[in-house]
Amino acid sequence: MKVELRNPNIIMTLSRLGSFHQSRLSFLRSFLYEFKDWEYKRDLFDLDEYGFGTAVYSFKKKDRVYSLVCFANKINNDERSDRVIATKWDAAFTLHDGMPLKKDIERLRNEVPKQEVGRLSYKELTLSRANKSVRIFDHVVESLSNGVQPNMDLLEKVGYLYRTTAVYGSGKFGLADRFRIKNREEINGPFRLEMMLVYLVRQFTFDQVNHVAKNKNPKSAVKLDPKICKNLGIGNSTGLGMAPFIVNHPTLLNNWILCREIALKKIREIKKVETKDGNLFKDCVRKSIKNITSWNTESEYQLKKIKDLLKDLKKFINFVENEFDFEKDYPFNQIYLWLEKETCEECIEYIVSIMMEPYGEIVSPLIKEMSSDEEKYFNIPTERTVEELRLILEKKYSNILSINFEKKENHRKFWFISKNKEEPRLADRFEEDGSDLEQPLAIARDIKELYKKLLVSKNSLTMDRFLVENSHLRHVVRRAFIIEKFPYSEIQDNTISEKIVPIDMLRLKLSFFGALKFDPRSDKWLRICMFQGAPLPNELKNFDEQWVYNNN
Amino acid sequence: MKSLSEIETTSKRASRAIGFSWGISEEVGKSVRLLELFGYPGIKNLNHYFQSKKKESYQNIKLIKQINKSDQKLYCPITLGVSFLDQIKKIESFEKCLFQGIAYPILFLPFLSRCSEIIGKKILFEIEENKFLLNFNISISSNNFQKEFPIKANNTEIRFLENKDGFSDIDWKNLYKLSEETFVEETDSLKQGAAGAGLTDND
Repeated sequence: MKVELRNPNIIMTLSRLGSFHQSRLSFLRSFLYEFKDWEYKRDLFDLDEYGFGTAVYSFKKKDRVYSLVCFANKINNDERSDRVIATKWDAAFTLHDGMPLKKDIERLRNEVPKQEVGRLSYKELTLSRANKSVRIFDHVVESLSNGVQPNMDLLEKVGYLYRTTAVYGSGKFGLADRFRIKNREEINGPFRLEMMLVYLVRQFTFDQVNHVAKNKNPKSAVKLDPKICKNLGIGNSTGLGMAPFIVNHPTLLNNWILCREIALKKIREIKKVETKDGNLFKDCVRKSIKNITSWNTESEYQLKKIKDLLKDLKKFINFVENEFDFEKDYPFNQIYLWLEKETCEECIEYIVSIMMEPYGEIVSPLIKEMSSDEEKYFNIPTERTVEELRLILEKKYSNILSINFEKKENHRKFWFISKNKEEPRLADRFEEDGSDLEQPLAIARDIKELYKKLLVSKNSLTMDRFLVENSHLRHVVRRAFIIEKFPYSEIQDNTISEKIVPIDMLRLKLSFFGALKFDPRSDKWLRICMFQGAPLPNELKNFDEQWVYNNN
Repeated sequence: MKSLSEIETTSKRASRAIGFSWGISEEVGKSVRLLELFGYPGIKNLNHYFQSKKKESYQNIKLIKQINKSDQKLYCPITLGVSFLDQIKKIESFEKCLFQGIAYPILFLPFLSRCSEIIGKKILFEIEENKFLLNFNISISSNNFQKEFPIKANNTEIRFLENKDGFSDIDWKNLYKLSEETFVEETDSLKQGAAGAGLTDND
């Protein structure tokens, strides 16, 4: 039986993309798998009694070394902010290519804590900063220094000691360009070095809290129980900065989604599912409930989604355990069809993710296909005709072509870059100034305008001639020829509608990172947790691949 | 040192700010990145060109012919580059193309470099005594390296070079003969047993 790939006009809507969850394809999970055989080491730990100072952690294999350089600094409580306007952080980090020399550390000490206004070199790969969850960090120090483990309820509510507020890579602020490292086999997957940075930062937070507690009370202090460490991750506050990324990298977006869709298709096409695979799937679904019941948020939007997910998930468990027979042919296809009929988008995508758990042999080869050589698809095929382009638009953008952009509600918002922080922002064009400097992220509106132009142009006109008079539409002409080859490269929705929920765009990206427990703080930023439940560095050699569902 | 990513982003945004469309600005970002990657002063010349653009106006070329003479104003190297790139498959048939009056011709170079890759031919670009050989967008050879680039080109010629060997038959034959010394002379027994294919092709 052949199953068709799912329709991009459904999958690429924002509400569906905003319902995606982590899976075996997620970058933090594939990072752990790739680096499980690497030698982990804490090379330097030079902190004072209060936990301020420098530390270096590394992963090494043969001649290749990646080193996390950490600078922990004292800041006042009133200087601590997760917003991008902050200028000081509790700790700042960079991932250095190789083992840093003393002079590298000195250079980095001057630059890394400055973050966006510092300058890095081609020897640095990623850059980040993080703030303590002061309430949790202080509680853990206090408990450990008194010889007891911290209150688990409190820890569970937050889930981390530190949260990062940005992780930069790929040439930002002088960091190494992607082309310098793209042929390295171990990073043949998106955002792998960003994941490495966050993972090593997590370990730093445990070492730092133990160090401070020990110095506070050397005689009675105990170390944080490794089981507790394992159930702590790294928090992250994410704003609109991520949203334009998925619009500006269409072939990359396509490859992420396409790999997920291929995995699902292949799983649905399995005729006979082995008992152990069916059991693993059911086990993960059952255990995953804990990830939902411990998902804390004050966002009404997210609370409703969680409530609906939990309701549908219970319904699904009842179905799969009491009514469903895995002995049937094509059981995962049956399950998928049932989900489409009976559950919400959030639940469909949640179960789709879990379907991948028993099938490492399907998922692993796809991970290598998730990067993209975007340059290859940049040139516009100018020998193509108006008629050909019009047909592409009609076929690939049918939802978008039905939007009426004459209505204010459909073009109320505009995306711009803040002069103060060089970060993307979203505003109301009828109430705020600045829409004349709008970023090219209103793809739906511009595609519609292109379509109107094509309708009044001669069918046989070639693109080189069409573009002479329509240079303002060049960016969408390029995209239309990209979507012809890459069906999942475009969000099939209106990114300037008054109804847009930008966090759907963030969630899509964060789900591919492998984030858990999305906690929207408004419609424009959210908090998440990464690596919660993940193996510690000393457990990597032989870890449980389903750790996401098996944490306690 | 600025990364190529920073160079591309800043060039793109500056191009938009000076009045080019986003699509053209994307082309400029890629082109200046390419120039800097190949060791040519892209940022410096783009900056100078944009500064001059505030005071002077330049001519936008639309359809490219075999011989192109600008009017009173010099050709804008960016609109020229984009038009050349878009129309390259038609222009290629000219074999040779002439332009009189291009501002900041170095900014036109990366577009030619990309054209070379698209048509699969090397392109020779001559600006008076300066010569640039564009090699399939893999490199740009020049007799101008580290000299100042002219801010104006009165006469330029572009030639599409046929794909021909750049060496003599004798040089090739001598080298090939030497390479044969890595081969093993086949004995009858090797002929029987070492080949992968069958010995009779009539079955």
